Amino acid sequence: MDAFWTILAASLTAVSCGLLGCYLVLRKMAMVGDAISHSILPGIFFAFWLSGGRNTLAMLIGAGLLGLLTTFLIEFFHKKAQIQSDAVIGITFTSLFALGVVLITAFAEQVDLDQDCVLYGEIAYVPLDLWLSESGLNLGPRVVWIMGSILVLIVLGIGIAYKELFLTTFDPPFAAALGFSVTLWHYVLMGAVSLTTVAAFESVGAILVVALMIVPPATAYLLTFDFRRMLFLSAFIGVMVSFSGYYLAKWLDGSIAGAMATMSGLFFVLAMLFSPIRGVLPIFKPKE
Amino acid sequence: MIIQVPNPILEVHNLTVSYHRKPVLWDIDLTIPSGSLVGIIGPNGAGKSTLIKSIMGLLPTQSGFVKIFDKELDQVRDRVSYVPQRESVDWDFPASALEVVLMGRYGKVGLFRRVRDSDRQIALECLRKVGLEAFQNRQISQLSGGQQQRVFLARALAQKADLYFMDEPFVGVDAATETAIIEILRQMRQEGKTVLVVHHDLQSAAQYFDWIILLNMRLVASAPTEKAFTAELLQATYGGKLTLLAEISDLVSKGDYPLREKRGV
Repeated sequence: MDAFWTILAASLTAVSCGLLGCYLVLRKMAMVGDAISHSILPGIFFAFWLSGGRNTLAMLIGAGLLGLLTTFLIEFFHKKAQIQSDAVIGITFTSLFALGVVLITAFAEQVDLDQDCVLYGEIAYVPLDLWLSESGLNLGPRVVWIMGSILVLIVLGIGIAYKELFLTTFDPPFAAALGFSVTLWHYVLMGAVSLTTVAAFESVGAILVVALMIVPPATAYLLTFDFRRMLFLSAFIGVMVSFSGYYLAKWLDGSIAGAMATMSGLFFVLAMLFSPIRGVLPIFKPKE
Repeated sequence: MIIQVPNPILEVHNLTVSYHRKPVLWDIDLTIPSGSLVGIIGPNGAGKSTLIKSIMGLLPTQSGFVKIFDKELDQVRDRVSYVPQRESVDWDFPASALEVVLMGRYGKVGLFRRVRDSDRQIALECLRKVGLEAFQNRQISQLSGGQQQRVFLARALAQKADLYFMDEPFVGVDAATETAIIEILRQMRQEGKTVLVVHHDLQSAAQYFDWIILLNMRLVASAPTEKAFTAELLQATYGGKLTLLAEISDLVSKGDYPLREKRGV
């Protein structure tokens, strides 16, 4: 049963990250996702500190705000200070991340927050952290409920605003000329990335969440020319990564999150070599 | 030679745009008559693309205003179409030619709604007009440069607008595509539509357009082609670019270009 809950939690996380990651990869904003995943650390700290414990809602709000602040700061420095955007990303997220590290280590006694857990997550504990109703009914692991809700939100969002996200990702000036707000959709997407990252940090940690957000979509990108299929494929690859990562970790007796990220890297290399359409080795390429 | 027309379809008044505090466009004041095929001509960095981007509200302006059909842009957005430069998007994007053309319908479909069957029919018809119906399901990176440009044109046609702005539609396309595009532009003019095209090839400009805007930060000319396309005005636009100038004056002195074709002939 533990295996089931762990793989389910990992899959929900990987699918949520993979769907959002498709947009990040195509917008060439993969590093912005990386930046957000790191810079929400102070947000997590303040939420812990203010709410006096691991209050999920407070954490989601705190980290969500920090994520949007990061996005805003990156844009702001890029435009006002006229520094190249990659340098700006480097400045913004390392500073905020460092601030988070300082806060967590300095106030470690007052706050029940383990630095290792924030950075690397501990998905093996997912089945132990149960959500019990007031009457004592066991509703299953808390993380599964949180990630499940996030996934439902993301799927609904993409379902409703598929056209808007597709258009503003492919051709922002044309979208703006049609009257669609490019800035609004940018922030909606970044808000979703922030929320997902913070929800995922408990299970896979703030660092490995980036792997789930970027690698499965990049793998899917190599395998299809169709955007809808790219979304489905990255979700599917996310589930594969969760399964194979879990059993790899069991076999090696190592970190599950680490094994998942390793497996996603392996899948990417396989796709890069053998993809029928964009593969390096033309073994499976259809004959013209 | 700046000719102002009564009842213009497009009016630009006092427009000044700067980038990093350097002016790119300075005090542009022009009017465009309805139903014309307009070439926006000038050297590199003259502000040609900037002019249409700021008309479309895509860039912040320092001063001035724009009126389209005598109204604000926001009131008439569904009657105006903008075709960005081809290189401005990533053609490796996982999308088919038909999906890109369908984007031209998004403004009419409205927020959060799905494209209807009728939109799909219109998109297919526009792909047919540019000769790409056989390529509707082709991924856009599998198309040639000329075909990609035609996909952009089809997307603009799908908007069914009355006023079109096109940024360098003839760059990097083969001769066949150039002919096909200009044919479509002429047909659009016959249907009473107005098209403004950023263009940099002087030789073809005189043949293609019936109204010319000469631009080099300032507006040098905005007039019917035969009045704007004079050695004097071209020199004022291109300044010290001598080799080019020699070619132009050669061309002009020989009268080696056809003047405007009569409309409706």
